[in-house]
Amino acid sequence: MALSHVATTSRSQLLKPLTIISSSLRHPISTDTTPITVETSVPFTGHKCEPPSRTVETNPQELLTFFKDMALMRRMEIAADSLYKAKLIRGFCHLYDGQEAVAVGMEAALTKKDCIITAYRDHCIFLGRGGTLLESFAELMGRKDGCSRGKGGSMHFYKKEGGFYGGHGIVGAQVPLGCGLAFAQKYSKDENVTFALYGDGAANQGQLFEALNMAALWDLPAILVCENNHYGMGTAEWRAAKSPAYYKRGDYVPGLKVDGMDALAVKQACKFAKEHALKNGPIVNFSPVDTLETTLVELLEMDTYRYHGHSMSDPGSTYRTRDEISGVRQERDPIERIRKLILAHDLATEKELKDIEKEFRKDVDEAIAAAKESPMPDPSELFTNIYVKDCGLEVYGVDRKEVKTMLP
Amino acid sequence: MLGLLRRHLNSGAISSSGLERSLLRFSLDGSRGFAAAAKEMTVRDALNSALDEEMSADPKVFIMGEEVGEYQGAYKVTKGLLEKYGPDRVLDTPITEAGFAGIGVGAAYYGLKPVVEFMTFNFSMQADCDACVAARLTVEAIDHIINSAAKSNYMSGGQMSVPIVFRGPNGAAAGVGAQHSQCYAAWYGSCPGLKVLAPYSSEDARGLLKAAIRDPDPVVFLENEIMYGQSFPVSAEALDSSFCLPIGKAKIEREGKDVTITAFSKMVGFALQAAESLAKEGISAEVINLRSIRPLDRATINASVRKTNRLVTVEEGFPQHVIEESFGYLDASVERIAGADVPMPYAANLERMALPQIEDIVRAAKRACYRSVPMAAAA
Repeated sequence: MALSHVATTSRSQLLKPLTIISSSLRHPISTDTTPITVETSVPFTGHKCEPPSRTVETNPQELLTFFKDMALMRRMEIAADSLYKAKLIRGFCHLYDGQEAVAVGMEAALTKKDCIITAYRDHCIFLGRGGTLLESFAELMGRKDGCSRGKGGSMHFYKKEGGFYGGHGIVGAQVPLGCGLAFAQKYSKDENVTFALYGDGAANQGQLFEALNMAALWDLPAILVCENNHYGMGTAEWRAAKSPAYYKRGDYVPGLKVDGMDALAVKQACKFAKEHALKNGPIVNFSPVDTLETTLVELLEMDTYRYHGHSMSDPGSTYRTRDEISGVRQERDPIERIRKLILAHDLATEKELKDIEKEFRKDVDEAIAAAKESPMPDPSELFTNIYVKDCGLEVYGVDRKEVKTMLP
Repeated sequence: MLGLLRRHLNSGAISSSGLERSLLRFSLDGSRGFAAAAKEMTVRDALNSALDEEMSADPKVFIMGEEVGEYQGAYKVTKGLLEKYGPDRVLDTPITEAGFAGIGVGAAYYGLKPVVEFMTFNFSMQADCDACVAARLTVEAIDHIINSAAKSNYMSGGQMSVPIVFRGPNGAAAGVGAQHSQCYAAWYGSCPGLKVLAPYSSEDARGLLKAAIRDPDPVVFLENEIMYGQSFPVSAEALDSSFCLPIGKAKIEREGKDVTITAFSKMVGFALQAAESLAKEGISAEVINLRSIRPLDRATINASVRKTNRLVTVEEGFPQHVIEESFGYLDASVERIAGADVPMPYAANLERMALPQIEDIVRAAKRACYRSVPMAAAA
């Protein structure tokens, strides 16, 4: 699955922990695809559509992948927190821990030919799309081995070959961009879809509705996913939105409310949405009074939660109680849910899972060490990538008489 | 084109009210099927033929904007294209500039080549206006032009190229009031990552639009409503479907030796008329048609000023601040310390090089005082 090469650094391979586990397991769960059926934590709520069943088909391999992928993402974000406090990461840093189930569940339903675009809380989505730990940490520290060569920073991770289109700092802008990707997919007759992610804060942006209107009008294979972590920076959803039922805000666009802390529910919903967008899916039933034609667009609301504040400069506790945060961690943590499932189905022992997490701590530490050794970008990089076709342009540095260069 | 140019002034046919456009008589029906002799062509037809040829040559090119399809274009620039290429490639959009500017950029990320038409570049600012349904201006379309298009290739270290063209009439028309009349050349021209073009003649319109569509970078293409109906002779070479003008090269419309006049778009015509008038008074003016605002053809302008030793700059829009009144008191040339010509990089060392530092100010002041200075950090 998606993250088998995610943790690859110059010095360690993700496969190491797998061989350790499989030698001591009763059966090698890493390749076991015996179907297991699980019920999602809560049923789906549909808007203008028949929601999918809450019975999800999975298998040991998938469950283990979910566990590993989420554990790695969690580890990466915690490490980024320390790096930021050590002033190795500058500027903005928006962490995703708590929301990992959305990233992995979505990946389980998509291929790399489908596109994902999101806002600035993008580190884990990047990992899910095939980004490596080294690329992430190097980019966060502004080094030349970063995924954007050190020039983007935390909010501007991209991996075009993995179908990841960023990484955007302007709230809500990524939604029209995502609909544009879907437009291009339809224009090129690719049988793929685009998932455009946005938060509960961005859900009130006008350009979102402009884009949704055009996507529905032109039948674009676009799925809008609201990662509702209930706080737009420091503003709770009920203080920002007259209607925080974000899955209904598409009006004529079918919507689905999903438990975003349950990776299997996320996978089920995303599969449902992709099939709907490609017109292969279940028949959607509309209420009898509704006379609008079906649209291909779908709107998913992921009920999720972030443990960190909005960014590293936000403690995250002035607008919500510590009890609330610890409550979610105890009741709904996505990694714990999968861990319990794995243990309940006797797919691995607790020690084996702990060993995996320990391996990942090491992988992350090694990636950070490698990233620290990556040099800062060469000064000549100040003037590269401004254009694709530079056409002999003269560009100036701060001191126009001293620093100028001719682009090739 | 030296000397006087014949122009059909259609001032009577241009409506001064909001969006009512009457059909202007075309002097040519595009460039199709003409003999090699110099022909006359309106700017409108020049643009139409450029769009037609580029759409024909590359299936990835498509057009998007308000009224570009069934209405045949608010200014008829896209006339006939819907019939020829179909609704998949000529898209009528709702009145939602932020939305479709963003959709255009997203499509460009994926590899298509959108040509996004703004009914006027005032709408590219896109902020709400109660008075007039058509005058919708919000800041978010310019956000997509700058933040989603111009900066993407840089911020992504070269992964996200954006081969898009934003085009439409810019600047004042006639009597359309404050919200529909601003010239945005200076605004867009200051943004690294964008290319900004401003054609004057029909040849400019054809050559520059074709170049813009073929260019892999985001291009802001500033047309002028009053120029649409004006006719210019076009050479056989300009009528060829492979004709392209280089981006970043100005054109000397009229040679002279006493004073350099730089202008772009409609002002070129005014500058040429001014030059005629000056000639009668014994002043030989050299008129430069900039064609390209970014990149600016500094070489041509510099060569001209060094020849004439006098410079007059002409633009319709709000100018940058320059304290010209004390020029005669200067003992040294003006020194400018400003942000570097790049989108802001994240890496700490690059960020430092992109912003003025104290040592830059000291160095420039020393230069102005003719003291020798150590070199700045080379790029």
